[in-house]
Amino acid sequence: MISDRILVFLTTLALAPTALAGLDIQHWSTPQGARVYFVENHELPMLDVSVDFAAGSARDPRAKSGLASLTRQLMSLGAGKYEERDIAEKMADVGANLGGRFDADRAGFQVRTLSGKVEREQAIDVLGAILATPRFDAGILTREKARVIAGLQESETRPDYLGAKAFQAAIYGDHPYALNEGGEVATVAKIDRDDLRAFHRDHYRARNMSIAVMGDISRAEAEALAEKLASGLPPGEAPAPIPPVKPVEQGKRQVIPHHATQSHLFMGLPGLLREDPDYFPLYVGNYVLGGGGFDSRLTKAIRDKKGLAYSVYSYFMPMRELGPFQIGLQTRREATDDAVASARAELERYLQEGPTEAELTQAKNNIVGGFPMRIDSNRKILEYLAVIGFYRLPLDWLDTYTPQVEAVSRDDILRAFRARLRPEAMDTVIVGGQLESPPK
Amino acid sequence: MKRLLFVLSIAVTTVAHAEIVERTLDNGMRVIIKTDRRAPVAVSQVWYRAGSTDEFNGSTGVAHVLEHMMFKGTHEVPAGEFSRRIAAAGGRENAFTSRDHTAYFQTLQKDRLELALKLEADRMANLNLSADEFAKEIQVVMEERRLRTEDNPQARLYEGLMATVFQAHPYRRPIIGWMDDLKNMHVDDARDWYQRWYAPNNATLVVAGDVDPARVLAWAEQYFGPISARDLPQRKPQNEPEQNGVRQVVVKAPAKLPVIALAWHAPRLLDPETDSDPYALEILAGVLDGHASARLNQSLVREQQLATEASAGYDGVSRGPALFMVDATPAEGHTVAAVEAALKQEIARIVRDGVGEQELARVKAQVLASQVYQQDSLFYQAMLIGEWTTAGLDYRARDTRFRKLKEVTPEQVREVAAKYLVDDHLTVARLDPQPMDTKPARRGFGGRHDF
Repeated sequence: MISDRILVFLTTLALAPTALAGLDIQHWSTPQGARVYFVENHELPMLDVSVDFAAGSARDPRAKSGLASLTRQLMSLGAGKYEERDIAEKMADVGANLGGRFDADRAGFQVRTLSGKVEREQAIDVLGAILATPRFDAGILTREKARVIAGLQESETRPDYLGAKAFQAAIYGDHPYALNEGGEVATVAKIDRDDLRAFHRDHYRARNMSIAVMGDISRAEAEALAEKLASGLPPGEAPAPIPPVKPVEQGKRQVIPHHATQSHLFMGLPGLLREDPDYFPLYVGNYVLGGGGFDSRLTKAIRDKKGLAYSVYSYFMPMRELGPFQIGLQTRREATDDAVASARAELERYLQEGPTEAELTQAKNNIVGGFPMRIDSNRKILEYLAVIGFYRLPLDWLDTYTPQVEAVSRDDILRAFRARLRPEAMDTVIVGGQLESPPK
Repeated sequence: MKRLLFVLSIAVTTVAHAEIVERTLDNGMRVIIKTDRRAPVAVSQVWYRAGSTDEFNGSTGVAHVLEHMMFKGTHEVPAGEFSRRIAAAGGRENAFTSRDHTAYFQTLQKDRLELALKLEADRMANLNLSADEFAKEIQVVMEERRLRTEDNPQARLYEGLMATVFQAHPYRRPIIGWMDDLKNMHVDDARDWYQRWYAPNNATLVVAGDVDPARVLAWAEQYFGPISARDLPQRKPQNEPEQNGVRQVVVKAPAKLPVIALAWHAPRLLDPETDSDPYALEILAGVLDGHASARLNQSLVREQQLATEASAGYDGVSRGPALFMVDATPAEGHTVAAVEAALKQEIARIVRDGVGEQELARVKAQVLASQVYQQDSLFYQAMLIGEWTTAGLDYRARDTRFRKLKEVTPEQVREVAAKYLVDDHLTVARLDPQPMDTKPARRGFGGRHDF
């Protein structure tokens, strides 16, 4: 199964609207101060649990960039009474899966398990040990650092990775969002066991924790489960805020030489907060510009009309502080200038005229009409619970989504886009660059 | 494409409220409907039994190119309009091409399913295939190949491996096609492909979700029923002759880390009731790579620290020959030869000592659980039905399959390792990393905006 017609779109604004009754989110805090978000559903004999901490790469010291990621990684490689080997085996013995999540804001774990008492208790017991009593074994740390460094070195041969990293550094400057999530070869090399222990002690605390639970258990069982996960952690304090992102005054342009047959474009600036008064105008407006797949202007202009790219898109990624707005595409080297200029022209035209009424209607129809598919599985609902919990969004956030989408006007979009997307402030990174003839 | 998916998760569905209804229309089109009322949503998938395995040399990639062209308009529905109408209904849609099939899907609110069926029936019979649209879209497909393959060393390794493992069978050709074939493809190649394979008697409609089966059958009859059946071209088996001796292939590409991949010819699932080796091979893959403490990761990555990654995979559900594959990325300071030896040693250890009861029970526990987990995805449930059907298997036999997996014994796992993972049937592929050539582009570094 290899060739999709189009790459999966970046659906980073993908928190969903509602039309469905029945997503009844129960919320409480454990005695230790962990916040819990629970949807009870008994249709399938299974349970999904995720835990998140404000312990992402934005918490990294610059000189030890990669510490937050490595800490999370090592936590599941030996904890409490469980040897490294035991962790995966105990999970597998009951058919449970352990997963993880990591970005600039969040670090966390997910467990999917059968909901029977024996299965879920064994899986949760292992997860509890991972959170509370990671061993951070020195030999395992040495091995994992070597693996991380090898991965970083391999990534540094890739045009998409190089471009994304340079773009992130350019738009965030000295803000912690500039740090590469996985760190750098030189900074990972410096991380030692004490760093991991200190990072874990400072960040993996009950008051810095949100727990999402979805599936086949009762409220009382969910309360017991959450308390078991939180009880091994010190209460701690809520995390210090991430500093605000300073706006970019004047964007720069970089061309990074590369051997690849395609150029990769990254263009944009810090654009959207998780809780942002312009969230809906920017989300709906971006559907028309570059978020709506074959409905989007970028795809129509660059892929459909000119055949210049397989994937061309724009997105806003909402984060605790201003997350990125980015336009991206990949095109054959000899078409670089044409494609980049076309993307730029579409953006500028959009900032001039905004969406047509027909485009706006199409966007709303898709977003509102597609709502049921956003919460049609336990896994998807868990993801929403986790976001609502971590970012402390209102519990009725999903319920108010559709009306907020419906309320967006052309003027709202024009105003919000013009305020956020000043073209002169945008950074542009091109990996590869224009060539007169194809590379060999 | 470096990793094969571990496919134990293709197990049975036994959810109490699921029911399956099947009918074959007079024109030969199969319709399979699975009700699942967990959400007010429906999935429609149209599967054509035509994939890259049905292509000819010189026009490789045409199955996938036609997939792209299916969105480029019919006599009634102009180019781009298919996607626009589905999007306006709140739907999500896409398509995929594999070696064995090409499939088109939409996910919609349940009361909008009819739109998808109507549009799919239209493009089954009335595609435009204009030369203008083709000329643009073939450029898009070449960009896709550059993105997925040309600039991806692991994908090039996989391409080289397949072209070596198979000498006669068409699985040797990449699904997306060779670049030179794409450059020389003509709209008539796409038209010819459409004429050959896009017929109701070569298609299966799978619908899953909160639907009324009688209603879906009526729509299927209404929209697909009028399309005439056609004689399908004869399919030649093109069986791969037995391999007698190890094969080697080296792929050089700009990269940092080498990769070693081993592929052995293996049987595919032909009769779910009487076969046993394919099930034992699946369990073997689970023993090697079913979880983070399974043998390959535990031994090569954690204990010996020879590799940064190691994996194994086997997929027995296919129209053509199957493979059992393992691969690994050597750790700094270790050679591909050392890692190859270590991979083979893990297999030799199973052949010599067998596998433990506890180890086997652990793999089976995962199979059991995956049987439940897969019910969380409507799309995946429909996908399994489509894959089994196009592979020529009865999807109802997935219940059998689950029972057979549970019955696999340690001795059977040892036996299939001994029987199939032998050097005479092995192909070894190595990615030989080359230094990056970073000649500056015309404009070099830096500068301010000049747009």
